[in-house]
Amino acid sequence: MTDTPTALPTAMSELAQDFHAVSQRERLQLLLELSQELPALPPRYAGQLDKLERVDECQSPVFLVVEVDDDADRTVHLFFDAPAEAPTTKGFAGILHVSLDGLPAAAVLGVPDDAPYRFGLAEAVSPLRMRGMIGMLSRIKRQVRLRTDTPAAGAAGQEHR
Amino acid sequence: MSLPQDTAEKFAAYAHPERLVSTAWLAEHLGSEGLVVLESDEDVLLYDTGHIPGSLKLDWHTDLNDPVARDYVDGARFAEVMGERGISRDTTVVIYGDKNNWWAAYALWVMTLFGHPDVRLLDGGRAAWVAQGREMTLEVPEVTSTTYPVVERDDTGVRAFKEDVLAHLGKPLVDVRSPGEFSGELLHMPDYPQEGAMRGGHIPGAKSVPWARAANDDGTFRTREELEAIYQQEQGLSPEDEVVAYCRIGERSSHTWFVLTHLLGFDAVRNYDGSWTEWGNAVRVPVER
Repeated sequence: MTDTPTALPTAMSELAQDFHAVSQRERLQLLLELSQELPALPPRYAGQLDKLERVDECQSPVFLVVEVDDDADRTVHLFFDAPAEAPTTKGFAGILHVSLDGLPAAAVLGVPDDAPYRFGLAEAVSPLRMRGMIGMLSRIKRQVRLRTDTPAAGAAGQEHR
Repeated sequence: MSLPQDTAEKFAAYAHPERLVSTAWLAEHLGSEGLVVLESDEDVLLYDTGHIPGSLKLDWHTDLNDPVARDYVDGARFAEVMGERGISRDTTVVIYGDKNNWWAAYALWVMTLFGHPDVRLLDGGRAAWVAQGREMTLEVPEVTSTTYPVVERDDTGVRAFKEDVLAHLGKPLVDVRSPGEFSGELLHMPDYPQEGAMRGGHIPGAKSVPWARAANDDGTFRTREELEAIYQQEQGLSPEDEVVAYCRIGERSSHTWFVLTHLLGFDAVRNYDGSWTEWGNAVRVPVER
């Protein structure tokens, strides 16, 4: 019996395929492009980092905030702030933005926690550097849960780890 | 074959002024025969966003660390890493990087394990170069590979392992982490208990001297007089002491190792690269809080 990995949302899955289709070197280039395409904070957040959550797992100061619409899907919107001197971290934010922005809350909560490892980046940037992206994903999911009153699955168990 | 020393007045006071170059010296010597400039950053993509013309990327994770074991590359791999950057044993290597040269100092320290004779740091690193409005480029230079000799790594002089630190207890140790890490408070991050170390605190007897005290706000090193005031007058260390420096993974302590060894002339400083991610996870080692 083998474990089938949990499927990724469509946009995330397509992006992961793009990464796997190219060499290690080109993966870094793709990550750099995603860092450059990450949208700047909208005026309501610009210069107001206290309204965002700091991602401590990133060695550079990275902040994010999640908004959830009141529509039937509870559509999720993601906003990030990362310094230009941290292009790798900014690229991770770019991956998550392209992958998850505009999805229904349930789809974001369904993203497997190992999703950051599905882009073939651990070898290109080293596994230690992946910590930042894992931290961002877990904080995004936590904020979505908070804003939709969804209880955390397995949270009780985690406290005892 | 070595390039001339930077004769800047500030450097002349240091114990080994030949280990530092200023941005002005580097700008003047860029493109010189026998010089290779390396950028070594925390962020693996930063070089690709723009770098000093003619410089090459040296990544501490992917180029200097063994991909499997927690150790540095061996002599054969190091020779490849150097050779593909056009470096020979007699090349003058200047390293610069982000974050006040943490990773540049780390790379310099690893090159020291292989005994590369002439390796220097750019005082102030990438930030100083950028702040002065000096030229940056996206162009990655074409390199003619060289054959760098396979040199056995020598861990005895400037590297300390956990067992060495246990045997060293009672002699000077410098903990260069932040005060919160030193006291052990910072491990209490409720959401992420799996990260970092199982225990917080510091190695018994260690002095807390956060690495950044050695740097000015612009990332350049403080003067010799200022450094002596911190490490010698305030902390009571002496250049004859055997000293071990550590942090979380050994990168910030490479910065302090550089300061003590090359700027203040201490002759027996070792960097404990296992640092707190080893010590704070090791079973039955003494911890002080």
